[in-house]
Amino acid sequence: MTIGIVSYGAYVPRYRIKIEEIARLWGDNAEALKNGLMVYEKSVPDIDEDAATIAVEAARYAMARSGVDPERIGAVYTGSESHPYAVKPTSTIIAQAIGATPNMTAADFEFACKAGTAAVQACMGLVGSGMIDLGMAIGADVAQGAPGDALEYTAAAGGVACIIGRKESELAAIIEGTYSFTTDTPDFWRREGMPYPEHGGRFTGEPGYFKHVTNAAKGLLEKLGTKPEDYDYAVFHQPNGKFPSKAAKTLGFTKAQITPGLVVPKIGNTYSGSCLMGIAATLDQAKPGDRIFATAFGSGAGSDAFSITVTDRIEEIRNKAPKVSELIKDPIYIDYARYARHKGKIRLA
Amino acid sequence: MPGIKARFAWPENGVSRMRDVAIIGVKNTKFGELWERSLRDIVVEAGIGAIEDADVSGKEINALYVGNMSGGRFIDQEHIGALIADYSGLSKNLHVPATRVEAACASGGLALRQAIMAVASGYSDIVVAAGAEKMTDVGSEEASSALAAAADREWEGMAGATFPGLYAMIARLHMHRYGTTSEQLAEVAVKNHRNGRLNPIAQYKNLITVDQVLNSIMVADPLHIFDCSPITDGASALVLAPADVAHKYTDTPIYIRATAQASDTIALHDRRDITTLDAATVAAKRAYSMAKVGPEDIDLAEVHDCFTIAEICAIEDLGFAEKGKGGIVTANGETAIGGRIPVNTSGGLKACGHPVGATGIKQAVEIVTQLRGEAGKRQVEGAEYGMTHNIGGSGATAVVHIFSRER
Amino acid sequence: MSSVPRFWRNLGSRYNLEGTRCNECGESYYPPRNVCVNCRRVGQIKPYKFKGTGEIISYTLIHTAAEGFEGQAPYTLAIIQLDEGPRLTSQVVGTPEKIHIGMRVRSVFRKLGEDGERGMIYYGTKFVPENA
Repeated sequence: MTIGIVSYGAYVPRYRIKIEEIARLWGDNAEALKNGLMVYEKSVPDIDEDAATIAVEAARYAMARSGVDPERIGAVYTGSESHPYAVKPTSTIIAQAIGATPNMTAADFEFACKAGTAAVQACMGLVGSGMIDLGMAIGADVAQGAPGDALEYTAAAGGVACIIGRKESELAAIIEGTYSFTTDTPDFWRREGMPYPEHGGRFTGEPGYFKHVTNAAKGLLEKLGTKPEDYDYAVFHQPNGKFPSKAAKTLGFTKAQITPGLVVPKIGNTYSGSCLMGIAATLDQAKPGDRIFATAFGSGAGSDAFSITVTDRIEEIRNKAPKVSELIKDPIYIDYARYARHKGKIRLA
Repeated sequence: MPGIKARFAWPENGVSRMRDVAIIGVKNTKFGELWERSLRDIVVEAGIGAIEDADVSGKEINALYVGNMSGGRFIDQEHIGALIADYSGLSKNLHVPATRVEAACASGGLALRQAIMAVASGYSDIVVAAGAEKMTDVGSEEASSALAAAADREWEGMAGATFPGLYAMIARLHMHRYGTTSEQLAEVAVKNHRNGRLNPIAQYKNLITVDQVLNSIMVADPLHIFDCSPITDGASALVLAPADVAHKYTDTPIYIRATAQASDTIALHDRRDITTLDAATVAAKRAYSMAKVGPEDIDLAEVHDCFTIAEICAIEDLGFAEKGKGGIVTANGETAIGGRIPVNTSGGLKACGHPVGATGIKQAVEIVTQLRGEAGKRQVEGAEYGMTHNIGGSGATAVVHIFSRER
Repeated sequence: MSSVPRFWRNLGSRYNLEGTRCNECGESYYPPRNVCVNCRRVGQIKPYKFKGTGEIISYTLIHTAAEGFEGQAPYTLAIIQLDEGPRLTSQVVGTPEKIHIGMRVRSVFRKLGEDGERGMIYYGTKFVPENA
C-alpha cells in the first residue's frame, strides 16, 4: 500500500524579533548567543494570532495547493504545545475552517515538538488501513519561552499542514516508511496552568535530542536498508542551528543535505511545526525522484523518522500556494516591548 | 410598484385626513452629569414643567409617549413607559396609557412622531411626548458599549466597530471624495460650543478653538474626542394639542407642519453611499412635501451632530448645502446664528449634550422656543419655520419634523 | 460579545465567508440574509461562499477600542467591498500608514477576541493587504 503526501502548506507570522533585542533586555552577549545557537531572529505572532489561526492558514494553503475536495478529509489531527484551549480541540476549528466537517474524526495531539509528526503517523495509519480517504496532519505552535531563559531566544511561531493519502496519482511525495524511538525521558515539560516550560538544560542534549534522533534514524535506515548517501536531503528537528548539524554529522549526512531544510536561523524553533517546516521548505525545491530523510524530535521524549521520495506531481502543485521562502521574506521587526505584548507576557487588566 | 394600489394616501402626498397639531408646552431639564438625580427625577421635572407651561391638568392628558434608548443597559430598567407614567402621577388614579418608544438616538424624535400621529388622527387630544436618558450611573466604557447597540451588533460590533469608528469611516470617505478637512469638522464643534454658551441648560458652556479640537486625543481617526458628542443625563418634554383648541392653552402655539420618518440599512456597510444618510434625505423630502416648503424656507434647524461629520452630512442631506459642500458652508459661517441657515442654536448634541432618548424632544423644544421668540441671546430673528433632524445609529432611522409659527 | 450559541450559529459565516445569494435577481449577500432586499417574497435565497478578495471603501484607526477589544487597540477598522459585490465591516491587519481607500485586500483567519481568561475564544475573518 502506497501512502504519501498529497499536499502541504506552511504559515509563518510576519513579525520578527532579533536575538540582539532580547539580549539587550537581559544583558546577554548577543554575538555569543548567535554563534552558539546559529539562530539570528525568531518569528513572533501578531496579537490576534495563535496556534489555531496559524494552523488554519497552513491548512488552507495545503487545501489550495492540492485542490482536493474538503469532504474527502476524513480526519484532522493537530499537534501543538500551545493549543488555545486545554480542553476543546484545536482540530475542530481547523476542520470547520476548511469545510471538512461534519463527516470526519478529529482530535488534538501533544508530544512537545513532535506532535505534528505524530499526527502524520496517525493519518498514515487511518489512510493506510482504508479507514479514511485523506487525512490532514498539522503541527503548529506559538511557543512560549520564559523571560530571561535560554529558550526565549528560540521559541517561535509557525505551522505546517500535510494532507496524507494513498491514491498514487495524487501523491506529491511517497512516504516509504516511518520508524519511531520513544522513551519516558523528562528533558523538557510544562505543568497544567503554568505559562512557561521547564527544561533540563544540558540534559536535553544527549539523553534527549541526540539519543532519540540517532536511534530513530538508524532504525529507519536499517529497516529500509538505505544509507545516508541514498538521500538528496535530510531534515532534522531544529531547536537551533547546531543540533541538526551535529545529528547529521553523527549519522553521516552532509551539510549540503541539511541546508535547504534548515530554516531555524531565520525564524527560530516553531516547535510542533519545526521538522515539518524543514520538510515543507525542502519540498518547495526538491525535484521529482529526490529522496528526503526526515527525523523529528519531541521532548518527553521521542523521535519519528520518515523516508520520503518526491514524485512528478510535486511540480504540478508546488506553486499553487506560498513557499516557505516567500512566507518568511519581508519580515517586520519589533522591539521587546511589542514582542511582550504580542506574546501575552504583559498581564492586561 | 406597478399593479399595487395604495390602500390609503400618505399625508405627505397632500391628501390629509388628519387634523393639525400644535405644541402648547415645553420643558428641558439641565443637561449634564446629574449625579444627584435619577431617571425618574429628571423625567418628572421635564414632564411637570411642560404640563405647567401648557397649563393643562393631569386629568386632560390622553396619552404619554417616552423616548428612551437603553434603560436596560444604563439602569437595568425596562418598562420605562410605565415607570414614567407612575412617577409623573399619571398611572395610579388616572391610568394614562404610556408607551416607550425606541429607535436608538432617534427615540425622542420618534416619540414626538407617535404623539403627533395620536393627536392628528383624532385618537387622542392632549398628549405628552417626552424623552430621557440617564447615562452616568454606569462607567463610560459600559455607556459606550450600550450606545454601540445602535449599530449592527452581529456584523459591526463583533468586528470591533465603535460608534466613533463608524462615523470616522464616513468622515474619511467624505474627506477623500469631497476634500472636506479636519478643520472644517472642527468648525462644527466650535460653532456649537459658541451656541451652547448661550443656552442655560447646555452641558458645556466653554468656548473652544479649532486648534483645541485638532489637538485633542484621537478617538477613531480622523475624529478627535472634541469631534464627539458627550455622555449626558437629561430629559425633555412637550405637550401636544389639536391646533383648533391650542389657543385655549397658550398665546404662542407652534404648529407641526410635517412629521416624517424613514429607515435605511442598520449596518453602515450596507448603505448605498456611506457619505449620504438616505434615510435623512428621504425623510426630509417627505417632510418638505407634507409642509409644502423647501430648504430655502427653513429659518433654523436642529440637526443630529452626534459627531461633527454628522452635522456636515446633515446640512447636505437636508438641502442646506450642496452634496460635498457641507464643510465649506460651515467654515463660511453660514450655519452660525446670524448666518444664512442657523444650525443647532441649542448647542447641538456636542455642546448641549446628548442624553440619547431626550435629544429628539430637546431639538423640538429648541425650535418651539425659537419660534415663540423666547430664545434670548441665541434668538434667530424673525424665525417662521424650523426643522428638526434626529438620527438613529449610523443612519438606520431618520425622523424629520417641520414647525411653523403661524398655522 | 459573550454568547456561545449566538457566536456558534454564525461560525460558517465568520470562518469561511459563507453568505447567501438570490438566484432570482443575482444579488449576493454577506453577511448572509434570508430575505432578498430586491425581491423579498419572490426571492430565491441559496447559500453562497465568497472568495475573500476585495477593496477598501473607507477605514479608520480606532484608538478607543470597543468592549472586548481593548487589548488590540489601536486597530484598523474598514468597510470592505468584496469582489462579488457585498460590503462588510472588518479589521484590517497591517501597517496603518499603508492602508488607503481603494487598497486591495484578502481574507485571513484570526482571533477576533475572547471572553476574558476563562471564556470562549472567538475566531473569524480579518483582512490583510492583498500582497502581504
